[in-house]
Amino acid sequence: MTVKSTARARKKAAPGVPDNLRIKGTDAPPELVQLLTPEGERVENPEFPLAITADELRSLYRDLVLVRRFDAEATSLQRQGELGLWASLLGQEAAQVGSGRAMRPGDYAFPTYREHGVAWCRDVDPLNLLGMFRGVNHGGWDPNEKNFHLYTIVIGAQTLHATGYAMGITKDGADDAVIAYFGDGASSQGDVSEAFTFASVYNAPVVFFCQNNQWAISEPTTVQTRIPLYRRASGFGFPGVRVDGNDVLACLAVTRWALDHARNGGGPVLIEAFTYRMGAHTTSDDPTRYRLSEETEAWKAKDPITRLKAHLEQEGLADEAFFAGIEAESEELGLRVREGVRSMPDPDPTLIFDHVYAEPHALVEEERAEYEAYAASFEGGENH
Amino acid sequence: MTTEVRSLREFKMPDVGEGLTEAEILTWYVKPGDEVTDGQIVCEVETAKAAVELPIPFNGVVEQIFFPAGTTVDVGTAIISVAVGASAGDAPAAPAASAPAAAVADAEEAVPERREVLVGYGPRTGGTQRRARRSTVVAPAKSAEAPAPSAAAPQPVAVPAAPVAAAAVGERPLAKPPVRKLAKDLGIDLRTVVATGRDGVITREDVHAAAAAAAAVPVEAVAPAPVAPVAEAAAQPAPAARGDVRVPVKGVRKATAQAMVASAFTAPHVTEFVQVDVTRTMKLVRKLKESGDLGAGVRVSPLLLVAKALLTAVRRYPEINAAWDESAQEIVIKGQVNLGIAAATPRGLIVPNIKDAGSQTLPQLAVSLGELIDTARQGKTSPADMQGGTITITNVGVFGVDTGTPILNPGEAAILAFGAVRELPWVHKGKVVPRQVTTLALSFDHRLVDGELGSRVLADVAAVLERPKRLITWG
Repeated sequence: MTVKSTARARKKAAPGVPDNLRIKGTDAPPELVQLLTPEGERVENPEFPLAITADELRSLYRDLVLVRRFDAEATSLQRQGELGLWASLLGQEAAQVGSGRAMRPGDYAFPTYREHGVAWCRDVDPLNLLGMFRGVNHGGWDPNEKNFHLYTIVIGAQTLHATGYAMGITKDGADDAVIAYFGDGASSQGDVSEAFTFASVYNAPVVFFCQNNQWAISEPTTVQTRIPLYRRASGFGFPGVRVDGNDVLACLAVTRWALDHARNGGGPVLIEAFTYRMGAHTTSDDPTRYRLSEETEAWKAKDPITRLKAHLEQEGLADEAFFAGIEAESEELGLRVREGVRSMPDPDPTLIFDHVYAEPHALVEEERAEYEAYAASFEGGENH
Repeated sequence: MTTEVRSLREFKMPDVGEGLTEAEILTWYVKPGDEVTDGQIVCEVETAKAAVELPIPFNGVVEQIFFPAGTTVDVGTAIISVAVGASAGDAPAAPAASAPAAAVADAEEAVPERREVLVGYGPRTGGTQRRARRSTVVAPAKSAEAPAPSAAAPQPVAVPAAPVAAAAVGERPLAKPPVRKLAKDLGIDLRTVVATGRDGVITREDVHAAAAAAAAVPVEAVAPAPVAPVAEAAAQPAPAARGDVRVPVKGVRKATAQAMVASAFTAPHVTEFVQVDVTRTMKLVRKLKESGDLGAGVRVSPLLLVAKALLTAVRRYPEINAAWDESAQEIVIKGQVNLGIAAATPRGLIVPNIKDAGSQTLPQLAVSLGELIDTARQGKTSPADMQGGTITITNVGVFGVDTGTPILNPGEAAILAFGAVRELPWVHKGKVVPRQVTTLALSFDHRLVDGELGSRVLADVAAVLERPKRLITWG
């Protein structure tokens, strides 16, 4: 009897959940927030309105094309032996550019090792990224200048760094927000759960941006989770939204909303950008060994660039000259990247001692001197 | 344009997958004389990790392709040359003389890189090239008191009479941290210790030896003779001839290979053979088939009766259904017969087994056997189906061969090979008449099965197949 009444009470209570506690995009259909269909048609979503000018649309298109071109060039350079490794973002351009462009200058991003599109939006020189994959720098940009943290290779670890940084923002009383990027595979990491917990209980201004590209190397999402990933947020007590990760407008609108929600004291948000890794996990991987080409073909129809181009054409917002101009610019970028990488000088080996400690350190200095003497013991130059 | 300087550039096999040493060229998409542009895909290669396409890093005309498709090439080896600054109309620059392949033929010249001939492998030069140390070492100030270095020879020397102490080379002696600690605890200066480990590394034993020598009256060095490093040439893959196909070893093939190596090199195998007249068995199989006595739709095959014959023999000699437990140093006589049947499947050879086959009646066994074979053919055999086997039958006769020397399924003591049944002239009741004859072979693990036991089991199986009535009389 008691069981029955409790069940009835619960059933009754559900619709009465106050709006501010309702999980956005979770309890209300449609599950997937989309503002631009794969055919290039604009869709309105009352929860995530987006006013956008033609200039902004064209600018987003340029970002997507250039980021893809840069990525393709990097893959090619790896195949030529110029890079040790490359993690391609092919297919995920919209998720990265949309979220990257949603950030304000003072916001801070904590990337994995695949956020080349976000790096682009944070004005990190593509050549700088490639230096790391070529092994000539250790992450060559100043994170505090770009508000873009160094690439994190350890899966999921950056979600904790981001949460800590966000907790610091609150203590500073600033109105900045943080984005932590991670993938569907990382969602199984303990670090991510810990970050969710801390962010939640400290009400930290952090947006967890999960690019669910369906594959954690060779593991499909189905073996990572039994529920859609964005619903995990409800268990930690903050909103979760699933957005079409191949729709740059939806990613922009949802991330902008989430960052504002966070910076205005609303606490963390989990965004699951539903997308697809069109290429290999990294250049060391061969996806044909574990997934069907039919699946990849199906996702091709949802391509982020094709749909924005279709939209620009249908609405008459861009002409042939615009597209040709972008094409030429992307060729230029390709050439700059190719030549830039091939002519990168090998670094001075003693660079490795430079940033071990912020201040001079006796042991490091001793090791540096020892190494310099060792290097000088070879014939044919000091370090080469 | 015409003033552009033409030069020959080589594209070397890149490491496309984090630390790979070689890749196989699968397909060439270009040929000599083709114009190529920077970034154009020119070939597909396969590494241990992935099949990938390689883009060429030059604009120009393909001069030469050094390796045909199907060749495995070391990372860092030039695979194609391009005349940079040329266009397709131009004649190939300096055909023979400057071509790298020609340079290879000139064996006199010391080529530091391993340059291959068109087919197969050229001579292998030393692995990594190291720059020579300066003859006068500028030692760090703090180690100035170290003995002056002589020649650069950090390798252990194979001549015991002239052991080289690490100190002689004036470097910090090589040793792992625990060994350093040991040396410190024993008061041994590592620079005085003779290194016998690989690459001149001082081992724990070396330190103990030095300590013993120090404790004893200073006699001759007692360090064990350093062992010359084993030639690594043996580990190199065999030369690939034209037309060879290299199939990566994985999946069932890999598991089979590991199991067979483990079995063949741990269990001493003995194989015995017997030819047997199975005319009566074949007649019985036919009758059972026609009558449907074993149940409607149940398949009846000679293999079924071979299985039943083996089970009968096992019941008479349970010691054959056993395993060698190396760690416990015991022979385990199995309480239950899980009868393995080697099956050729689309995935390769697998050996599922019928659990507790010994307690099954003939109709039950027929059903089990049919199910096992169907499941295997559909590729649906589960790992559990393949575990726990105790004795196995391999039906090589289906391939039309008479017999073989089967290798034991690991963890089992015997395996029976059932050959083809042929009509042969046979002496039957004093006359030479055509009879249906087969050959049985039984391999057994000689650690636990003696010739007597093995022979009796094989003879029993043969006897039952010769006179299947014995299934009743011995049953």
